[in-house]
Order: sequence, then C-alpha cells, then structure tokens
Amino acid sequence: MAFAEAIRSVGRGGLFSLSVLRASKPTADFFAELTREIYKIGARSLPIIAVGGAFVGLSLTLLGFRALETYGAANQVSVLIGLGLYRELAPVLTALLFVGRAGSSIAAELGLMRATDQITALGLMAIDPVAKAVAPRFWAAVLTVPLLVAFFSTFAIAASWFQAVQVLGIDNGMFWQTMKDAVDFRDDFVPAFVKAAVFGGTAALVASYVGYHAEPTIEGTSVATTRAVVNASLLVLMFNFVLSAFLFR
Amino acid sequence: MIDAANDAPAVRLSGVRLDRGPRTILSGIDLSVPRGSVTAVLGPSGCGKSTLLAALTGELAPAAGTVELFGRPVPQRTRELLEMRKSIGVLLQGNGLLTDLTSAENIALPLRTHTKLPREVIDRLVEMKLHAVGLRAAADLYPRELSGGMARRVALARAIALEPPLMLYDEPLTGLDPIAIGVIVNLISELNRNLGLTSIIVTHHVHETLPIVDRAIVFANGGIVFTGTPEQLQASDDPLLRQFLRGEPDGPIAFDSARRTEAA
Repeated sequence: MAFAEAIRSVGRGGLFSLSVLRASKPTADFFAELTREIYKIGARSLPIIAVGGAFVGLSLTLLGFRALETYGAANQVSVLIGLGLYRELAPVLTALLFVGRAGSSIAAELGLMRATDQITALGLMAIDPVAKAVAPRFWAAVLTVPLLVAFFSTFAIAASWFQAVQVLGIDNGMFWQTMKDAVDFRDDFVPAFVKAAVFGGTAALVASYVGYHAEPTIEGTSVATTRAVVNASLLVLMFNFVLSAFLFR
Repeated sequence: MIDAANDAPAVRLSGVRLDRGPRTILSGIDLSVPRGSVTAVLGPSGCGKSTLLAALTGELAPAAGTVELFGRPVPQRTRELLEMRKSIGVLLQGNGLLTDLTSAENIALPLRTHTKLPREVIDRLVEMKLHAVGLRAAADLYPRELSGGMARRVALARAIALEPPLMLYDEPLTGLDPIAIGVIVNLISELNRNLGLTSIIVTHHVHETLPIVDRAIVFANGGIVFTGTPEQLQASDDPLLRQFLRGEPDGPIAFDSARRTEAA
C-alpha cells in the first residue's frame, strides 16, 4: 500500500513537472517574473553561498594538507581542492544551501498563495497558476544555481589559497600550477555546471510541488516547507551519485 | 468567450447532482437565473452554496445533470474552461489578491494577460475600475496595506476588469464591519445596473443582501427549499425558512448542518 502510494506520488510529481515545462512560454510577463525570481532566489542567496564556500575551502585544505603531508605530497593539496570542489562538493553543497535558503521560501510562498486563495483566484481569472507562479521559479533556479556554484567555488578556492599559501606555507606558484594541471575544463568544470542546473531544477520542482499542493492552512504551509527541504535535499544527494557515475570516468 | 447574444438565461441548472468525493452535497437541483438580475443564494453554512459556485466556475463537474451559462454547458476541457472563465467575474471570500502586486497591478493582471491593449489604455482602464469602487487613491498600495473592506473592493475591481457578463460573489460580506458591508452591497447593486451584468451572491447574510436582490434561492438539507422574490421569502411561513431567517438554533435545519432526510 505504501509502495503503491509512493509510486503514485512519483507519477503526480512527474505530471506536475511536465505541466511546468508546458506552461513555460517566453512572454513578456514570464521574463518579468523570471527577473524578479532570479533576484529573490539567486541574488539573495549570495551571502550564504559565499560564507559557506569560504569555510568549505578552509576545512578541506586543512584536511587535505594533513592527509597528504604523511606522504610528503602536501604541496599537491590544490589538486584535491580543485577536483573535490568541481566534481562533488561545490554543486552538492551549493544545492543543499540553495534548498535551505530558496527551496524553503518557494514552498512557503506557494503554500501561502494556496492558503490565501491566490492560486484559486488566478485559475478563476483564466490565468494558469503554474505558468504565473511556478514556471518562473523553476527556470530561475535552473539558471542561478550554476552561477551560485561558480560563486561558491571562487570563494572556496580563494579561502583555500589563503589557508594553504599564507598559513601553511605552500608555494604560491605550485598551488596554482598543480590545480591548473589537474582540473580539466571538459571533464571536471563543465559537469559541475550540468549538475548544478539539474540540482537547481530538482530543488525548485520539489519545493514548488509540495508548496502548490499544500493543505490551504498555516499548518499545511509549514508542513510543505519542511517536506520541501527534506525531499529536495535527499533527491539532490541521490541525483549527485547518478550524475557522478555517468559524467565522470 | 460566452456568446452573450442568445436568449438563454444567464445560468441554468437541470437535474444537477454535485458530489465531493463519495459524499453527495446537492441533488436534484433545477434553477434558472434570468439575465440582468441580482440573485441571492442563501442557506446555512455547509448547505452546499460554495459547491454550487464551484460547479458554475467549472471547478467541480456535476455528477449528474447539466450546468449551462448563457445557453452553453460549462466545458470540462481545460482550454475551453479557461476561455469560458474570461466571461465570469468571481469575488472570493478571501479576496485572492496577489500579495506581491499593488492594487493597480492586481487589477491590470487580467487585462495584461487576456488583451493586447497598449499599456496606456490598460492604465486608464485600471484607473476607471478603481474609480468605480471608490479607491483611486489606493492604486499604489499593496494588499497588506489595505483594510478588509478596501481589499474586498480592490478584488471587486479586479473581478470586473474584463467586464464579464456574469458576476459571482462568494460570501462578499463575511468579515466586514457594518459600514463596509453597506458599501459593498451598494457597489454590487450599482455595478449590476450600470454595467448590465447578471449577479449571483452566495451568502448567509440574509438581511443585508435581500434589499438589493431580485430573487432569492434558499438551499438547505442538500437541495433547494425556496425560490422566489425577497418579499415572498420574508412572508413565507415555512418553518424551515422561518428558522433560517430568524436564526433559531432549533428547527428543521440541523445545527451541525448534517442532512436530515425527514426534512428534505
């Protein structure tokens, strides 16, 4: 019974995702909403992404330095930083931070729109609520999460450079050269952004789905917000494994 | 769009049964609302008034019978349904104003979406709608900055933005103070007369609504128990109607609104 319900739920989520794609029409109204959403969920996530990235860079450098020092390869720490960040950590951690910051707000906003009759009113005005309220949020997430990954990586690498070169005494030229030699544009850099776009879209779809179908009460909105963060985080981690298996040889 | 040129009544229901899940809410509903009239749909909470409204807007398909607007059945397919809804204005109990838009932007929304009018014309139309509800000064205010009565009037202005031939009001007086109730009741009456609309008011505010309506329909116990003029309703000595009009807790209408088969 629970299995059948889970399958039904996946089916409903799939149909909802299709309706979002079908409702994505490049009208002037759509682009106006898209711009607003990019600012709301993208630009406003910048501080948390910057701080998160910097601390990940610092701790990863400490960890790598300690492990590599044993083998006399501490000056190769930037290889670990570059590959670790682009292949796994930057897309996943950015997506998780995005889920917490923007996914929860998408679910809460749509849940409140449901509770305060705004979604009903749109339908009664013959305006597709999915086109008006969901599609711009979905595309804003697909576009902004890759940019946030770039931002996260930049701060993480800058923090790592500070830790490795300024604090731990690794040679500056060695730090950059080994990273440059290890990280490949096509094999490491591009897949990071493909992953980021997938994670952004997934987070926005999950958050929109649970918010859009929330019980029209305050409690329903709060349940939807929690469910959005939990479900989207788990899906990001699962998709990360699947994408890593296909994208990296 | 609805063809408003034929002679059919604005709304006609024939042998309609409306179910919510496995539960039958209303059954055997036959009613006709003439064009240009103001009709009050009255009844205690939970009697199926909002369910009737859902059937008129196509949100709920009838389990039996037909629902027609201006001589055409309410379509079930999404595309035709959305097309039909452009001809219906609905004022919801919760207003449904988009909170991230100002009053003027809320009213402009259906105009921007469904017409190709230039921006200046839309701005002018919005100004006229706001003037019609006496709120020109509130154009740039957000819904959170409006009082309950003002928000209801902005929602009313938005509902008439496309000048639909049919207006549906879902509990338009709930949660308002007596002055705001008076303002809304007058507006409903004036708009109906000035714009040549047909209006259906679903409400349990009997005494405030009856003075402006041409006809009253009372729902109770899963069906229609009265259809006639407000005067006929006031003069009726049916114990069920008397209980409802006087607000008595005991009588043929169960207090918990559960259906009483012996009274149906």
